Amino acid sequence: MENERYLKDLSEIKNMMSRSSKFISLSGLAGVFAGGYALMGAIIAMWLLEGNVSPFSLPDLSGSVNFLSSSIITSLVLIAIIVLVLAIGTAVYLTTRKAHKNEQQIWDTTSRRLIINFFAPLFAGGIFCLVLLQYGLIGLIAPSMLLFYGLALVHASKYTFGDLKSLGYAIVTLGLIATQFMEYGLYFWAVGFGIFHIIYGIWMYNKYDRNKA
Amino acid sequence: MENIISNINKAFDHRVRLGIMSVLMVNEFADFKTLKDLLGATDGNIASHTKALEKKGYIVVQKSFINRKPNTRYLTTVTGKKAFKKHLEALEKLLNTDIMLTGTDK
Repeated sequence: MENERYLKDLSEIKNMMSRSSKFISLSGLAGVFAGGYALMGAIIAMWLLEGNVSPFSLPDLSGSVNFLSSSIITSLVLIAIIVLVLAIGTAVYLTTRKAHKNEQQIWDTTSRRLIINFFAPLFAGGIFCLVLLQYGLIGLIAPSMLLFYGLALVHASKYTFGDLKSLGYAIVTLGLIATQFMEYGLYFWAVGFGIFHIIYGIWMYNKYDRNKA
Repeated sequence: MENIISNINKAFDHRVRLGIMSVLMVNEFADFKTLKDLLGATDGNIASHTKALEKKGYIVVQKSFINRKPNTRYLTTVTGKKAFKKHLEALEKLLNTDIMLTGTDK
């Protein structure tokens, strides 16, 4: 009987260690939604760009962005922001719901740490992409977004499900490959942010959420 | 066997104390409210158990003000980390020995 108590002690210790250092209410379904928004955004962007000279095939990388009208650039930036807001909004909503179900707090040390560690690299990446836009290095924007987002995921994975790390490395790899095929930037973007998210989200949902629902 | 049992640390022989130590082992620090929420214990409960661990020299308390509100942080000491590790090892050994003796794998 002593034995059983010690076993319980050990499992309690393990539970406390992971619960206090990792935020485990992250919703897998949110990944699927984020991927869906990204795909829709990419499709709209492709429509917008139709008729334009492919903006991603820059004959001269140091050249200006003049051949892409500034209104299109504004629309593209707007699309990116809308996708980001929708994805984050859905993630917050679904994660809050899951946290309630797990009887966990949504805003505690672990979630705060996760958010800071996720957004710090992402914020630097966002600024960097604006700088690329400033110098007209449009072809590098999609690969850079993938790279910084992937690194942000790798960095954040320490504070939530470790599985996030594999998605991060996959997206970093994709971003690096994308640097060599700049004319297909938007397609790489759609694969990384859209399809990877959807696959990963479904996988996470099956692994963590479905059985418990 | 004697030896293993003597390594079981009485100071950790309570769910709340075990919880406090577990949390502090994997985090740089934890404040009072975090511990309370994680362990689902009362204010008085956390206060008395942290005090006991502090007396043993296993944790230290840092009091400060954040936005003029008092904030209490707890950190493990090197002694505390060592003692807790020893306690964990003893628990594991005890369970293994028992499995060997009875031949049941549970």
